[in-house]
Amino acid sequence: MPLHLTQIERELLAGSSGEATAMCMRVVIAAAELLGAESLVEISSSHIDGCLYHGDGGVEFAEALVKGGGQVAVPTTLNVGALDLLHPDVVQADAHNTDMARRQMEAYVALGAQPTFTCAPYQVGHEPKVGEQVAWGESNAIAFVNSVLGARTERYGDFLDACCALTARAPFYGLHVEENRKATVVVDATGVPETLKSRDVFYPVLGTWLGLELGSEISVIRGLPSTTTRDQLKALGAAGASSGAVALFHVEGVTPEAPTVESILKSASDRPVANLTDESSFAGADLVRMIELEAHGIQAALERLSTAGDTERIDAVALGSPHFSDLEFRALHRCLRGRRVGVPFYVCTARDTLSEMDAAGISKDLRESGVEIVADTCVVVTPILEAKVGVLMTNSGKFAHYGPSNTGYDVLYGSLEDCVESSITGSVVRNHEVWTW
Amino acid sequence: MVKVGELSIELEGRPLVEGQARGPLLKLTRPISFWGGVDPVSGLIVDPRHPEFDLCITGTVLLIPGAVGSSSSSAILLELLREGTAPAAILMGKADAILALGSIVGLELGYASIPILEVTRTDIARFPDRADVCIEAQGRITVN
Repeated sequence: MPLHLTQIERELLAGSSGEATAMCMRVVIAAAELLGAESLVEISSSHIDGCLYHGDGGVEFAEALVKGGGQVAVPTTLNVGALDLLHPDVVQADAHNTDMARRQMEAYVALGAQPTFTCAPYQVGHEPKVGEQVAWGESNAIAFVNSVLGARTERYGDFLDACCALTARAPFYGLHVEENRKATVVVDATGVPETLKSRDVFYPVLGTWLGLELGSEISVIRGLPSTTTRDQLKALGAAGASSGAVALFHVEGVTPEAPTVESILKSASDRPVANLTDESSFAGADLVRMIELEAHGIQAALERLSTAGDTERIDAVALGSPHFSDLEFRALHRCLRGRRVGVPFYVCTARDTLSEMDAAGISKDLRESGVEIVADTCVVVTPILEAKVGVLMTNSGKFAHYGPSNTGYDVLYGSLEDCVESSITGSVVRNHEVWTW
Repeated sequence: MVKVGELSIELEGRPLVEGQARGPLLKLTRPISFWGGVDPVSGLIVDPRHPEFDLCITGTVLLIPGAVGSSSSSAILLELLREGTAPAAILMGKADAILALGSIVGLELGYASIPILEVTRTDIARFPDRADVCIEAQGRITVN
């Protein structure tokens, strides 16, 4: 089936809203055709991942849209840039890169996007409703908006997210389509000890396992506590979108599309999939496979998150990927109890969350403890860390995944508490007991 | 459709981005995220956890079983095109808008773009690593 365009879409393509929107329409249509979409879908918001500087091509693209008179056609948030515009000394880039990174961030603001500069727009008041069609970039934001909020986006890369924002359209395919949001795998976590499931440190590991095991396949996880927090789900999705291409996962009784496992399973009326098992346990949902979470799988995912597993010393701590939430700030504040950190300690967050923490007096206390708060960007996307080598400790599955290639540091994964205790003297403190199973 | 000649194999891919190219096959054994995985200036695979770590993708016909990770990978492909360090072509086990977008936007900005083709899993197994691969219009692939 060829791609069907509405009258308005044909007019946008012909330049009715200017050259920038026409160029965006060409890109959206090219994407729709290569993905095999039969039509475009109207979207109600966009999150643009494209304001992070990777090279001059990205600046050229954004400035071409500005020059062509482009304006976003739906409410649009911006992902991190390569600079901390609030604390310009934090990033150690050369003059050319600094200038280009700033131009790229400013170009997207000139297009009418909101200068949120965060990978977690859902923490600063941008929460699409269940079933809403949106076009979001940034892998963790995609996983969160699909899974935790139940809005519908595909995995949009840089450029397509902006093109969707300017045209208010996205290719109607993949996760925009209800039947494609069903799970084909049941991940059974009922055997995981309750104490482990109650800990934040479990969720990046579960996410890493999910991404490695399932790639982009949609799962429904059963057996997680009904009290599983947003920050835990955020960490799960971010890790799964790093180790694999997880764009949507369901958690029975927790996420909005999965009140029960049965309600979200791919059924015989949907397109069939291979590897059929155990139909009897899920009546009417006979086309799925089941995986029981076992200790060795979780242990392997845990070990994969550290490239410096045997180290006794750390050189820095980085928290906040995805960006730290207000609750995470408060937890860090409680953990530190006013003590001074002994190694460079970075917390990355959104400028909006930072101003809340300023108002609550929390950022002042943390800075007095020696914590450096980074806004608008983060330590794995731009040069912030002081040395070029060393061991970076983190409680983030995403930092642990991208740290070695993007910073040159080896990484050590631990809980928030482990990170804080290790940071005081630089000697590693890790609670291994929690993983006993 | 597969034809086996005396010396070469002919395959058909689904063009995500049309074009012609020729180069030595670099067959990745694991999916890769270009962001955090490939350095756009050198064209090297920089993810130390990737089995093909430290190999250069420039000028190769890059066979990727699937894409993972960051949605910034399209921007890295655009930079590879801009720097002249891109692969000659990309063959993907699964169509992915993220990488193809880099090539589509490259075309809009007037950079030399590269063909990107979707190939089947069965065909992936038929590609011997380092083979000389020629890609022609309409997705015709010759493996010598």
